[in-house]
Amino acid sequence: MNDLLAADHVSKKFGKYTALNDLSISVPEGSVFGLLGPNGAGKTTLIRIINQITMPDEGAVYLGGEPLQNKHIMNIGYMPEERGLYKSMKVGEQVLYLAQLKGMSKADAKAKSSYWFKRLGMDGWWDKKIQELSKGQAQKVQFIVTVLHGPKLLIFDEPFSGFDPINAILIKDEILKLREDGATIIFSTHRMESVEEMCDHIALIHKSNKVLDGNLATIKRNYRSNTFEIGLETSDDSLSSLENLQGTLLREMTDNWEVTPATFNTIHENDLKVKVKIPDNMTANELLMYLTNKASVNHFVEVIPTVSEIFIENVNAN
Amino acid sequence: MGVLGLIIKREYNARVRNKSFIVMTFLSPLIGVGMIMLIIYLTQVNQDSKRTIVVVDESGLFYKDFESSETLDFLDLSPAGLESGLDIVKENTYYGLLYIPKDVKKQPSTVKFYGDEVPAFATLEGMEQQIEKKLTDEKLIDRGVDLDLIDQSKTIVSINIENFTGERTSKVSNWIKAGFGGAAGYLLMMFIIIYGNMVMRSVIEEKTNRIIEVIISSVKPFKLMMGKIIGTTLAGITQFSIWILIGGTLLFILTAYLGLDPTSTQNPVGNMGATDLDKIELIVLDILNLPLLKLALYFIVYFIGGYFLYSSFYAAIGAAVDSETDTQQFMLPIIMPLMLAIYVGLFSVIENPNGTISTAFSIIPLTSPIVMLMRIPFGVPWWQLAISITLLVASFIFTVWFGSKIYRVGILMYGKKPTYREIIKWLKY
Repeated sequence: MNDLLAADHVSKKFGKYTALNDLSISVPEGSVFGLLGPNGAGKTTLIRIINQITMPDEGAVYLGGEPLQNKHIMNIGYMPEERGLYKSMKVGEQVLYLAQLKGMSKADAKAKSSYWFKRLGMDGWWDKKIQELSKGQAQKVQFIVTVLHGPKLLIFDEPFSGFDPINAILIKDEILKLREDGATIIFSTHRMESVEEMCDHIALIHKSNKVLDGNLATIKRNYRSNTFEIGLETSDDSLSSLENLQGTLLREMTDNWEVTPATFNTIHENDLKVKVKIPDNMTANELLMYLTNKASVNHFVEVIPTVSEIFIENVNAN
Repeated sequence: MGVLGLIIKREYNARVRNKSFIVMTFLSPLIGVGMIMLIIYLTQVNQDSKRTIVVVDESGLFYKDFESSETLDFLDLSPAGLESGLDIVKENTYYGLLYIPKDVKKQPSTVKFYGDEVPAFATLEGMEQQIEKKLTDEKLIDRGVDLDLIDQSKTIVSINIENFTGERTSKVSNWIKAGFGGAAGYLLMMFIIIYGNMVMRSVIEEKTNRIIEVIISSVKPFKLMMGKIIGTTLAGITQFSIWILIGGTLLFILTAYLGLDPTSTQNPVGNMGATDLDKIELIVLDILNLPLLKLALYFIVYFIGGYFLYSSFYAAIGAAVDSETDTQQFMLPIIMPLMLAIYVGLFSVIENPNGTISTAFSIIPLTSPIVMLMRIPFGVPWWQLAISITLLVASFIFTVWFGSKIYRVGILMYGKKPTYREIIKWLKY
């Protein structure tokens, strides 16, 4: 897979404040890329550099192998965190105007916008003013403005903040469809859990520095700790087997491995819920076999770290 | 259509379609004409009430010298004497009584006016002039001077001035020339104050609508600024033209219909002598002698240049702030050079059109549009014009660039009221 976008040792300072420090990322073509980090980490600065709103002090950004140029604005669709449209302008005129600024012809923009208006159920909105629309409706217009010119690269800064749940799902589905059609997506957010399931690549940014980046599955594999969440039930209801389970078995496991209490929701009434960390040379199957001999297992899940857990672990380590 | 064209079109449409803009476009000339008509009407009502002044002339010199006019009646009650004259004035509620004592020739300051209120300045001065002229004539006659001889020997001289490059000027026309420049300067200043604010609001608009990042990721701020300034200017010119058109038509119709003559109150030239007519002819000739085409051309150049420069200042201010309330601190520095230009024009240019001060201020871009416009009728070397116009255009482009720089940086810091120092710091980003 080729990289559609690559930032090469990019640095940006505002006065004495360093917003980005020697940051390099590469976004593979056709991927959903998560640019993650807390507020103030430098995500928006990087996005603004990609959009040529500000210039980097050092380093360069390449789009499709070429250094960023003015002509690239038509290859990028950007939905900023601060959203807005001209309030007193009619929806149709506004969409056409913004599309033409991106370099589309008027006829082309008209055809594409009527396609999108139909698709998002916005028929009859053409002559309304933005100020007559509800917030959710205006957000749909905002989305169309972002994608209308069919950009190769779509950048969403805090994509789902401000969207109501129904629109959020709608927009999410549309974004994933655009990706199937060949677009590359960048999500930038501080709410890491909101995009985790959608991303296949991520970069973690903290205090102007890149902490970690790469394929999400690979990263997670690297950060897994061979820990399993286990729910056990006694094979019969007798008091002695319950004692056996919570006493003898637990003691035996604690002696061998790292065991911590666990809380999770299942439909079973578990008699014992624990997290067990087994050594690297032991497999899940071996653990499972050991357990099935002692009790009935109704919950057995590998604990995979969330992105924010990986993030916190990294930040603490540095 | 290029991006700049698109922005200009949008800005123009956004201004022109604005409801308050439309209302003001059609309401302002109505209000303006209404005011003018009201003023004309009031002055005429004022004049309609005829006033009577009783004259008691004990010297006997002024018999029938006071001619009654449309607004003023003189009633000669000299035989009645001062005291009964005063009674008559009170009885008939006349306006007042002018008392000229017997030995007025020796003591001219003993002339008195009795009345309830202080008479209008013009009335008082008219009476004074008549008395003065009569007394002077009388004294001349007493010494055996022939008055006809004095009248015949009166001469009017007007020195015609020609500079070494062959451009003719004359002293009489100095005021006309200054008047032309002054009018142009005031027009420019008005235009800047009305429409400069509009440019500023239009720049702030993107911030209040939060569309700024979307726009700025599509176009360069420089183009955006330029488009806003040009688009708003075109809207302003549209409105101004409609004002002049509607106002002119209305004024024409109303004056024709109501039979009011607005010029009659503006030029109260009552009884003009032959010499006055000569002077007016000279003035007309002077106006025709002005290089009108050249003046019109430079007027357009400096009007547009000056307006663009100042509106780019407004745009830069708009770029620096988040809301209109934050703009107050920046307003004074904009108005100051305009005022300075007007004063330099009124005092320095008329005094010495090619002096150091006039020349300097007609080259400095902030004041050049107004000062140079006032200087041009007097003749300005071409190289000064060239420098002045080049500087004006350069500083306009520089200011737009400067403003767009501020604009670009300004979006990185929302909701902060900037200080001058911070703005200078932003330039380094």
